[in-house]
Amino acid sequence: MEKFRAARRFCGSIAAAALLCSAVPAPSGAASDTVMVGVLHSLTGTMAISEVTVKNATLLAIDQINASGGVLGKKIEPVIEDGASDPSMFAQKAQKLIQQDDVVTVFGGWTSASRKAMLPVFERFKGLLWYPVQFEGNECSPDIMYSGAQPNQQILPALDWAEQKGYKSIFLLGSDYVFPRTANLILKKHIEHDSGTVAGEEYVPLGGTDFSAVINKIKVAKPQIIFSTLNGDSNVSFFKQMAAAGLPSSKLPVMSFSIAEQEAKAIGPSLLEGSYAAWNYFQSIPGAENKKFVAAYQAKYPGSPVDDPMAHGYVDVYAWAAAVKKAGTFDIEKVRKAAATLAYSDVGMGETKFATNQSLVQTAYVGQLLPSGQFKILWQSKGPVQPVPYDPLSFPGKTCVL
Amino acid sequence: MSESTLVLGQLFNGISVASILLLAALGLALSFGLMRVINMAHGEMVMVGGYLSYMSIQAFGQGPGFFVGLVVAFICTALFGALMEATLIRRLYGRPLDTLLATWGVSLILQQAARSIFGPTGVEVTAPAWLSGSLALGGTALTGFAVPAVRLFIIVLAALVLGGMTLILSKTKLGLLVRAVHQNRAMAEALGANTRLVDLAVFSLGTGIAGLAGAALALMAPVTPTVGQSYIVYAFLVVIVGGLGSLTGTLFAALLVGIFSAVTQIFTSVSVADVLLLVSVIVFLQFRPRGIVFARSRALEET
Repeated sequence: MEKFRAARRFCGSIAAAALLCSAVPAPSGAASDTVMVGVLHSLTGTMAISEVTVKNATLLAIDQINASGGVLGKKIEPVIEDGASDPSMFAQKAQKLIQQDDVVTVFGGWTSASRKAMLPVFERFKGLLWYPVQFEGNECSPDIMYSGAQPNQQILPALDWAEQKGYKSIFLLGSDYVFPRTANLILKKHIEHDSGTVAGEEYVPLGGTDFSAVINKIKVAKPQIIFSTLNGDSNVSFFKQMAAAGLPSSKLPVMSFSIAEQEAKAIGPSLLEGSYAAWNYFQSIPGAENKKFVAAYQAKYPGSPVDDPMAHGYVDVYAWAAAVKKAGTFDIEKVRKAAATLAYSDVGMGETKFATNQSLVQTAYVGQLLPSGQFKILWQSKGPVQPVPYDPLSFPGKTCVL
Repeated sequence: MSESTLVLGQLFNGISVASILLLAALGLALSFGLMRVINMAHGEMVMVGGYLSYMSIQAFGQGPGFFVGLVVAFICTALFGALMEATLIRRLYGRPLDTLLATWGVSLILQQAARSIFGPTGVEVTAPAWLSGSLALGGTALTGFAVPAVRLFIIVLAALVLGGMTLILSKTKLGLLVRAVHQNRAMAEALGANTRLVDLAVFSLGTGIAGLAGAALALMAPVTPTVGQSYIVYAFLVVIVGGLGSLTGTLFAALLVGIFSAVTQIFTSVSVADVLLLVSVIVFLQFRPRGIVFARSRALEET
């Protein structure tokens, strides 16, 4: 008991020291000619496979802007933190960046869980987060710039495309967490509305490796196409076991919402060949700006493919810099207002701009995976699509006004 | 595929899942069941087996590489197990909780080593051409009842390993010594059995089987630094439900767990089936705390 009390006193003094530390102004490498921004991604743990490359693309944009003179005459100095694939760590590091490092904005996050964990921190301590990954929508905060696709910019265009192709009967398969559940909720509403059929709906725990029962259920349901929101390693098991059961993508097509060029490379293109994916950027989209972006990235990281979340991470930095220039200040309130009123620009992923609801107006694409690990573009939306955070069919009456 | 073939298909899947569980659990049945060592690094032996299979395929090509991989995985992980036993486990006998901590440390070291050597993304092991098809029994792959060749192969392999272990335990000198040490360690020692050597052999046989399992399971699941974690819980589950110290029990437990989860998945989702499985295991252990088959052993009664 005595020991325990001593330990408590000891911890108490550590906490006091930590408080003191945070009260002392950050050791200012932030001399008047630099400005600090936070870069917060998982550099370790299960999400590192995806997030490290987004961090790289973010840093590339910062380097390029610095090389051409910085913003408002200041060099951008990134403070890189590791969210360690743990939502509570994201929240903790976000607070550290805002309070201790005094950053003017933060680029980061991947999983919806990490975003949900950071949101209260950014609301409470007045920060601005640039979030680069497609997500389930149904959220609207003035403290986050959502550049990743809203549901109506990725999953619904994919559904439109599938229906145009004559796929009427759709099987929904996902990992068991917030994004697949919400995405499928929206998909179900729209499939019913368009008088298609939901052949089945199945969820497998994140990281699950046995798909034998799911594959049997797919066989019973006889869908024309599978819409997959499986995430991570589960994809390897799923595609391997589908092929072993005699159902490769060529026989029963799969549309994936979480497999981009990086994942295709990790899983092995031969296993995924012929499957479809929907994104707002493929490395293979045409355009001189995209060529420059890909060349610059691969000059720094040879042999690494470029994909949608990386392009968003890259675009976010440029959009922030443009907004700062327009506002003439680093003040968060003015920067986010300026960011939502910028004109269209293209730094790689085609013409994009932020709408007044702080989500990105962007083009939707459907691609098919080639053996090279690149996607062949099969379809694209007629011009950029306006972002709709609250799907009117699934969440009637909710709107996002900021 | 109709509803009735779904039931048939799920029964086959149950047996297939049971064979996977059996492969993952047999090694544990040896080290945990016979030696009372809680080997948390058992899952990592499965992982190492997967990477060895990958390297063999890189070195010897698709067809022969896979079989070389099975052998290499067995031998290398058995040697690693021997090393672990001689340097670490040996010092911790009779302290199951300490073995848990120490082997957990080994498991973390192995995971990080795999991450440093092969990267966090995992590697690809593809089945040789003749294993990649499926045998359709009536109708096409989409409509009929098809049996994937890989799953058949794993069922056969699990049966062979189980048969081999039964033979070793019941017919060989080593098996006699293992049974003697298991029944009464002090008496066996007094009668001249070299228990240290027996422990070494049993533990490394256990890790070797885990490695072999890893090389085979790589055909169906990813090979990543953390893949071992997805097997370890179910492997312990099977060993405990089966009853410590009994291979027959392990076999029945694997079948029970595999078929139970496959059949419940006809009605529910994977997640709910998992919950039902764990609940029924807890209930089962209330009534039979020593598992399906209770092997009488002084070693077990003392602890």
